[in-house]
Amino acid sequence: MSELILGFWNGLWPEARLVLTSLFWVLVIMVPLIVAVGFYTLVERKVIGYIQGRVGPNRVGFHGTFQWLADVLKLVLKEFVIPANANRFLFVIAPIISLVPAFSAWAAVPFADGIVLADINAALLYILALTGMGVYGVIIAGWASNSKYAFLGAMRSAAQMVAYEIAMGFALVGVLMAAKSLNLGDIVRAQEGSIFHWYWLPLFPLFLVYFISGVAETNRAPFDVAEGESEIVAGFHVEYSGTGFAVFFLAEYANMILVSALSVVFFLGGWLNPFAGVPWLEDVTAGVPGMVWFFAKMAIFIYAFLWFRATFPRYRYDQIMRLGWKVFIPVTIFWLVVMGLFIVMNWPWINLGFTVLGISIVLILLGRFAGSKTPVTT
Amino acid sequence: MKALSSWIKTWYLSELWAGLALTLRYFFKPKITVYYPEEKTPKSPRFRGLHAQRRYPNGEERCIACKLCEAICPALAITIDSEMREDGTRRTTRYDIDLFKCIYCGFCEEVCPVDAIVETRISEFHFEKRGEQIMTKEKLLAVGDKYEAQIAADRAADAPYR
Amino acid sequence: MPISPEALIFYPAAAMLICAALAVIMVRNPVHAALSLVVCFFASAVLWMLLEAEFLGIALVLVYVGAVMVLFLFVVMMLDINVAVLREGFVRRAPFAALAAIIMTGLLVWAVWFERLGLPEFAKPALRPEGYSNTTEIGKVMYTEYVYPFEIASVILLVGIVAAIALTLRRRGGTKHQDPAQQVKVRREDRIRLVKVEAEKNH
Repeated sequence: MSELILGFWNGLWPEARLVLTSLFWVLVIMVPLIVAVGFYTLVERKVIGYIQGRVGPNRVGFHGTFQWLADVLKLVLKEFVIPANANRFLFVIAPIISLVPAFSAWAAVPFADGIVLADINAALLYILALTGMGVYGVIIAGWASNSKYAFLGAMRSAAQMVAYEIAMGFALVGVLMAAKSLNLGDIVRAQEGSIFHWYWLPLFPLFLVYFISGVAETNRAPFDVAEGESEIVAGFHVEYSGTGFAVFFLAEYANMILVSALSVVFFLGGWLNPFAGVPWLEDVTAGVPGMVWFFAKMAIFIYAFLWFRATFPRYRYDQIMRLGWKVFIPVTIFWLVVMGLFIVMNWPWINLGFTVLGISIVLILLGRFAGSKTPVTT
Repeated sequence: MKALSSWIKTWYLSELWAGLALTLRYFFKPKITVYYPEEKTPKSPRFRGLHAQRRYPNGEERCIACKLCEAICPALAITIDSEMREDGTRRTTRYDIDLFKCIYCGFCEEVCPVDAIVETRISEFHFEKRGEQIMTKEKLLAVGDKYEAQIAADRAADAPYR
Repeated sequence: MPISPEALIFYPAAAMLICAALAVIMVRNPVHAALSLVVCFFASAVLWMLLEAEFLGIALVLVYVGAVMVLFLFVVMMLDINVAVLREGFVRRAPFAALAAIIMTGLLVWAVWFERLGLPEFAKPALRPEGYSNTTEIGKVMYTEYVYPFEIASVILLVGIVAAIALTLRRRGGTKHQDPAQQVKVRREDRIRLVKVEAEKNH
C-alpha cells in the first residue's frame, strides 16, 4: 500500500508535487486556525461572561466546551437567504472575499525560527496589502445586500479601515526602520536580546497605535461601528444568514487572531524567550520551544481583544475618524522622527527603550503628584 | 500644574487603564450565575403562578360560583357557568381560566370569599397543543389536590401579613 | 511540451487581466466596473510578481486596491449614476469617439509594433540569484539616482492634498460642534457644586 502511494508520488510531475506539498502545509495551518476560531467564539462568550459576573455557555460538553460546534452546526444547517433585489453574484462572493485575505496572510507569519509557510522578503508589505483587502468583503456585502443598514455599515467600515490602515502602516514603518528588514523572521531576529530589546519598549507609542489600529481594522469593539447593533441593526451583514454569516464570523475572528500574531512578531519578539538575559530563568526555560512562547504571547492579545470589548463603550463615528487621522497619524510621524534621530546618531534601540521607560516613570509619578486630589470613585 | 497632570493622563491613557483594571478585577470575582434546572432561586409564598382550585378537608370543593373572580378579572380570562346541585347548593358546572389571557395579577385569589381559587408557586408549565391553555375545572381541582400541602403552607405563611 | 509553472500562472493571470480590463469599460453597472478594475490590479500584480518585481506588485495591491479603489468604490456606490443620461447622444458622438480611438490605436501600434517589433528583440530577463531583493534595489535607485524626482513628486502630492483640503474646508458660522479635547478636560468640580442647604429652623 505504502509502496503504491510512494510510486504514485514519485510518478507525479515535480510541479504537481510542489503544489501538493504546499497544499498540505496550507492545510496544516488552516485547519487548526479554523478550530481556533471556533474556540475563540466560545472563549469570547466565556471571558465576557466572566467579566460581567456570569459563567457564559455551560451546557454543551464540559462547561460548554463544545458550544462552538453547536453554533457552527446551527449556522451551517440554516438556510442561506438571498434577498430578492440583492446582487446575487456579489452577495454570495462577499463573505469569501473577506475570508481569503484573513487566511492567506498567515502564509508569511513565522511561528518559530524557520517555521513559516512562505519566507518571503517583502512579507511586511504582503501582510499590509492583504489586511487592506479585508475591507472589500465588507463593502461588497453592504452594497450587494441592497439594504440601507448594510450599506451604511459598509460605508462606515470603508472610511474607517482606510483611515486606520494609514496609522497601521506608519507604525509598521517604525518596525521596519528598527529592524531594517521587511522579512518577518528577520524582524524577530532583530529583537534578540532580552525582554527590553523587544520593540514594544523602544517603539511603545507605535505598539499602542498598531494594536489599537488592529482592533479598528478588524471592526471589533470599541470600533465596531460597521456593525453597530444599536444604530444600524447589524451593519454590513444584516442580510446574511446561515453559512454566509458564519463565513463573515470566521473571517473576523481569523483576522483578530492574525492581528494578535502580527503584534507578537512586530513588538513582542515572536518566538523569542522572554527570560533571555535573566541569569537563572534563562537556563531553566532554554528547552521550551519557540512556538510555545509565540502562542503564549499571542494569548495576551487574544485576551485583550475580548477585554477591550467588555470594558469600553463604542466610539462615536466622528470620534473614531478624529482618533485615526488627528491623533494616531501625528503620533506615529513624531515617533518616526525620534527614531530617525536614533538611526542618524547610530544609537542602539535599547537606549531608546530605556529613555521611554525612564521618561514614562517620571511623568507618571509627576502626574500622580501633580494631579488633583479628588478620589476616583469606582 | 493641573493642565500638565491631565496632559500626562491623556497620553498615558490612564482612564482606559483604570477601566481595564476594573473589568479585570471582575473577571476574577466569584460568579453569581444560578444553574437553573439544577439550582433554583427561592420563591416567595406570595408567588403567583399556575392556578388551582382547593377543596375543604372533607373533600367538598370550595367554589360556590359567586362569580366575583369572573367579575374582577381584568383580562376577562375566567368563564363560569353555575347550576343547583341535587343537595340544593350552588356549584359551578364550568370554570375555565384561559391562561393566554391571564396576566397573573392575583385579583381572583384576593377576591375569593372561600379561598377556592388560588395561585400556586408552580412556574414551570407549558402547553403543547392549542386548547390546552384553557384550565378547566377538572384540571384546576387536580392541581389543587396535588399541591394542597404546599398551597396550605403558603397561605399559612402569609396569613400574619393579611 | 511540458508547461512551466510560470506559464501555468502567466496565462490565467493574463487572460483574467484582459477580461477584467474589458469588463471595466463594457459593464453597465459602475460598481461592477470599479470591482473589475480591482481584479485588473490584482492580475497585473501577479504578472509583476512573475517578473520578480514583487515590491511593485505588492505596492500596487497595497496602494491601489487597498486604498484608492476603496475610496473610489465609496464614491461610486454613493452616487446614483443614471446610465440612460450617459448613453444619450451616443450616435451623435460615436464618429468622434471612433476617430479618437483609431488615432490612439494607430499611435500605439506605431510605437510598439513598428519601432521595436515583437518579443524576440528583447532578451528574456535572466533569473535573479537567490536572495535578490527587488525592494532593496528599488530603494537604492529611488534614493540615489532618482532622489530629486522622487522628492519633487512627493512635494507635488503634498501640495495637492493641501490644496484639496483648502478648497473644501470651510467653517460655516452657526454650526454646533463639539471639541473633544475640551470635553475630556472637564472635571467633576467644574460642573458640580455641592451645596449644603441649611435646614429650616422653626422659632
